[in-house]
This record gives sequence, C-alpha cells and structure tokens, in this order.
Amino acid sequence: MFPRWINGITFVGMGTTVKTRPTSGTPARVRRLAGLATLVGVLMVAGVASVAVGARALSPAEVWHGLFAEPGPDQRLTEITLIVQTVRVPRTVLAIVAGVALGVGGALVQGYTRNPIADTGLLGVNSGASFAVVSVILLFGLANPYQYIWFAFLGAAAAGVVVFGLSSIGRGAGNPLTLVLAGQGVTVFLAAMTTAVALSDQASLNALRFWNAGSVAGVGFDVIWPVTAFVVAGLALALTTLPAINLLNLGDDVARGLGVNIALSRTVGIVAITLLAGAATAACGPIAFLGLMVAHIARYLTGPDYRRLVPYAGLLGAAIMLICDIVGRVVTRPGELPTGIVVALLGAPFFAALVWRGKFKKA
Amino acid sequence: MSETAAKRTAAPGVRLGFASFVWRPWMVSVTLLLAAATFLVFCLSIGVGDFPIGLPQVVATIFGRGERVDEFVIMDLRMPRALAGLIVGIALGVSGAITQSIARNPLASPDILGITGGASAMAVFLVTVSGGVAAAIVGSVGLSAAALAGGLGTGLLVYFLAWRRGIEGLRLILIGVSVSAVMEAITVWLLVTADIRDVARSQAWLIGSLDNRSWGEVWTALWCTLALMAIVAYAAFHLGPMHFGDEVAAGLGVPYARVRAVLLLCAVLLAGVAVSAAGPVPFVALVAPQVALRLTRCPAPPLVASGLVGALLLIGADLVARTALPISLPVGVVTAAIGGPFLVYLLVRANLKKS
Repeated sequence: MFPRWINGITFVGMGTTVKTRPTSGTPARVRRLAGLATLVGVLMVAGVASVAVGARALSPAEVWHGLFAEPGPDQRLTEITLIVQTVRVPRTVLAIVAGVALGVGGALVQGYTRNPIADTGLLGVNSGASFAVVSVILLFGLANPYQYIWFAFLGAAAAGVVVFGLSSIGRGAGNPLTLVLAGQGVTVFLAAMTTAVALSDQASLNALRFWNAGSVAGVGFDVIWPVTAFVVAGLALALTTLPAINLLNLGDDVARGLGVNIALSRTVGIVAITLLAGAATAACGPIAFLGLMVAHIARYLTGPDYRRLVPYAGLLGAAIMLICDIVGRVVTRPGELPTGIVVALLGAPFFAALVWRGKFKKA
Repeated sequence: MSETAAKRTAAPGVRLGFASFVWRPWMVSVTLLLAAATFLVFCLSIGVGDFPIGLPQVVATIFGRGERVDEFVIMDLRMPRALAGLIVGIALGVSGAITQSIARNPLASPDILGITGGASAMAVFLVTVSGGVAAAIVGSVGLSAAALAGGLGTGLLVYFLAWRRGIEGLRLILIGVSVSAVMEAITVWLLVTADIRDVARSQAWLIGSLDNRSWGEVWTALWCTLALMAIVAYAAFHLGPMHFGDEVAAGLGVPYARVRAVLLLCAVLLAGVAVSAAGPVPFVALVAPQVALRLTRCPAPPLVASGLVGALLLIGADLVARTALPISLPVGVVTAAIGGPFLVYLLVRANLKKS
C-alpha cells in the first residue's frame, strides 16, 4: 500500500537507531582499531623499556628475574630485584596512570569548554595544588614530598570545586565561557598567593621549584594505588558523559532539544576532569601541555567524535608520558631531567610542527 | 545576552570625516569614568609615601604650579614609578585586548605569544648561570634589556613560525602555547638546578615590580608606547568588522590579513615595552580586557577601556602594596590577587542578573 521508502521512515521514527556508518566504511573502523592496537603495542614496549633503562641498565633477562624471581642468596640478583620492584616498576605504573589521566582530562576539558587551548590546569587544579603545597610547608614545616601529596590533591579538588561552583551560580550552570574565565580568575588569585608565600619563605620556594618541574620518580605504591583508584573513578565518570559531549558540541540548544540534561552532564564532566587532573597532579606535580597536545593529536587521528577520541587521548597520553620519562633518565646521566620538562621540551616542538602543517581543526 | 545585543544594534552610527564609529553612551561614560579614576589613583599613588603630599598639591605640581619641595619629591622621586605603572598597565591592557580580539579567545593574552616566557627564561638564565658570558651580558646592557631581547626574540619567533600565507588565529595561539611551554620548561629546569639564593632573586624578577624606575627607562617606554598606540589607533578602525570572521571582513573591504599582522605585531611590541619597564607582570593582559568588556558592556574587548583598566589595576595594586599590606610584595602579586577575584565577581554578577 505504501511505497517502500515510507516504511523506512516510519521505522526510523519508531526509535530504531539510524545506521550512521555506511557498511562500506569498515576500513575506517579497522583503521581505528589498528591504531588503538598500535598504541597499546607502543605502550607495552615502552613499559618494558622503562623497567630496563636507567642509571643501571638491565638486560631483558634481568628484568624478568627482577619482576618474578623469589629473593635468593645471590647479592647481585637481590639488588636487581630491589631496583626493579621499588624504583622502576612504580614509576612506570605511575607514568601510565598519570598519562592516561592527563590525556583523557585534556580531551574532556577541551570538549566541555569548546576551547582549543584549554589544558588540564584550566580549572584551577594546578594552582590549587601548588598553593596547598606551599601552604602546608609554611604552616606545618613538612619537608618530605610524601607528606604533602594528599594536601596537593585536596588543594586541586578544592580549587576545581570552587571554580565550578562560582561558574554555576545563577543561570550560568557551567556555561563554557564562564567556566573558562572563572578558572582563570581563581588560577590567577591562587598563583599570586603561592608566589607571595614562596617569596617570604625559602623552604616553600625550594619545595615549589621541584614541585613545579613535575616528575614521576620517587613515589611508592602506597601512593600510587589510591591515585589509581581516583583516576579509575574519574575515567568511569568520563566514559558515561562521552555521548553527551558530542551533543553539547552542537550547541546547548541543540543538545537540550535532543534530550541531554546539560547541567547534569557538565557537572559529571567537571567532576571527572577534577578527579583525573587532580590525582595526576598530586602524584607528579603539574605536567603542563600534555593534555592540550594529546587532545589535538587524538582529534586529528580520530575526528571529532569523543567516543573515539577519548580512548586515543588516554593511550597517547600514557605513551608520551612514559617515553618522555625514559628520555629524561637517559639524556643527562647520571642526573635526571624531570618528566614534565621533557614533555614540554620534546612535545612542544613536535606539536608546533604539526600545527604549522595545518593538521588541527577547532575543538 | 542576546536581547541586549539586539537592542544595541539600534545604536546610531557617527561619521567624522574618514572615521566612523557607533555611538554607545554607556561605553563612553564608563571609559571617561575609568580615565578619571585612573588619574585619581595616579595622583594618590604619587601623594602617598614617607613624605605625604595632599591631592591638590600633587595635581598643582603635575601641571607645573607646585612648590619647590613638592616638585622635587614628585618629579624626581615618585613620578617615574607612577608613570611606569601607568604605561605598563595601558600597554598590557591594549596588548591583551588586541590578542583576545584577533584570536577570538578569552584565554589568549600576550603571555601566550611567547613574550613573557622568553623574557623569563632569559632573565633566569642570566641570574642563575654565574660567570662568563652571562655576567658579561648583564654587566654591559643590564638584566632588563637582556630579558627584553629574549622576550622580543621569542615573540617574533612565534610570529614568524605562525606565519604561513598570513597569520591565522588558531595557528598563532597554538604555536604560541607550544613555544611558551618550551620556554617555561627551560625556566623551571634552570630553577631546579640553581642555587636557592639565585632562585629567590629570579622569583622576585619573575613576578614583575615597579621599584627603582629611572626617568631614562620611563621616557623610552613612553615614546615606544605612544608610537605603537598611534599605529594601533589607526588600524583599530578595521577591528570591528573582523569580529565577524574573515569572509565578512573581506566583504566589507577590510584588508584583514594585513590588519591582523600589523595589530598582532603591535601587541607583541607593546607587551615587550611592558616587560622592559616592569618585568613580566602576569595576568594584567589577560584580565584587563575581560573586565573592561564587562564594565563597558561591549561585545568585544574595547581597546581604550582595556588600557585604562590595566593602568588602574596596576597603579591601584602598587598603591595597595605600598600602603595597606604589612609586608612588602611586588606589584605583580597584588595585581593578580586583586584582578583575579574581581573578574570572578563580574562573572558571578552577570550570571545572577541573567536569571
């Protein structure tokens, strides 16, 4: 009775998903999966290299022994086990966890603010952590970085909450522009306070300069596991909001029309960003630029769909962080270049070259 | 927001010879008020000190009718500092307004065009690396001049790296962010490896200060700023249409590529002037245009008002730093401590009003 094409339209109207991807598009899907597999491969190779490379280089056999062997009477092997299990493995794990957190955080923060130069520090996280560090050193005289990691996390989280709260007063509800500017305002204020403390107290200044460099070294599993728990929670929240970010990027009105609860999805997103960036920053110090760079590279590789972009960003972040940490151990032997510095020194020129060749589009 | 914007399109246009602009009574009155406030704070800042001088005497002396002793204190001792604050504030405010207009991004500021990063890296290098070349450079041209050279070099590097058949907003700021990240990494690395006393000296320089200005420095900064402002004032008539994007601007007869290139170069140089006069005072260039935009209720950062807000912020912060605070802090710290919360206050107030 009806022509065939009308049947098709009713079908769509009844709520069955429209096939957005034409069947001839499978190569793109294969390519994406191959890309993810490649990244995982790079990450694994870098992980092994990260355990082997350092002030005392280890052979693959020694790495294997250090990872799995029981402690024996042999003095040399015990030493290797000690190096692997208390130095190399923790920093490798931390580099991966922080890299994933900052990569995903960077992609999310650019998605929510629709700003191509938004970085994970935008919501006041880095400045909150720095201020907390100098404050507790001034007030309690803490000397060991171990003691102030959780204060740093609290500072980062508090700054994130304040920024989001201020930008949500009235009808703002996390409007991207208000969020960005409130983040800047709070960052500016906290940075000034941090400088004021650092200028008046030399111990704080001394701690601040090492804190600012950003490093994954010297943190044990007793810190890494809780940090990982926060990162996993952040990732879980982040994953639930990915479809909503895609719609939000069509504009608030369109998103609302398509049934997105804008206030809820922004709140969840900001909490996720704060958890991810806050945990990573607390454990490593502020690693600037990684999130920004990774978000752009991932967008270039996958296109603007956040469901595909975010996994790439996470893996890329981990791979870059890990490789930069290894490079930092090698270049200035016997000393070490902090990871955060290597990320900027290696990553920024590479990124600038990509920008110059016109690889990136707007967030 | 859209309602007020629609109302404003009814504002009458005014044409004076070759120049035309939109008559916005609110904007003009706010700008005049800002100018008056800036002058007032400027005079107050001159009057306050170990030898207090009343406001009328200050004004009289500035216009050349003061007493001898006032004239000495004001013209020889206090004027350079106050004038430096005025110039730096205006230069940073205008520079920030240009950058944010062209990048169409409220996060953009000359800080991310490399000036600040380059100047800081150079200064920290000269402070922390003792002996040899560094000492020779500081000895011959001074720390400020060397830092300025570093800043301008980096700013121009960003400018030319971003040049590819013209300057494009997103490319410029992404390359600027990259180069700034490298400079910051170098700065942090120098600080990590340096002696703690050198770190303290560097930190004091890094935040910017108005202490110990001389007339020589102030005159140079003043003439450079005036020359650059003249160019900006001429090119700024094209800025309005450029907010609608390249295609619309081209359709309205604006040579957008050339205007953008000239204005950005001016922004870089203005920021350089500010760095040479006070060191890398952070955040003024970022905050002033956004505050001015909200005070004047303009759709885009207004140049004159941004400059005035910058000056008001800087001189006011300097005044607060010298009078109200128990410990002496460099002006950069106080500027940021006042500017950041004020921006947040304006945001919150605007959001409350909308609901």
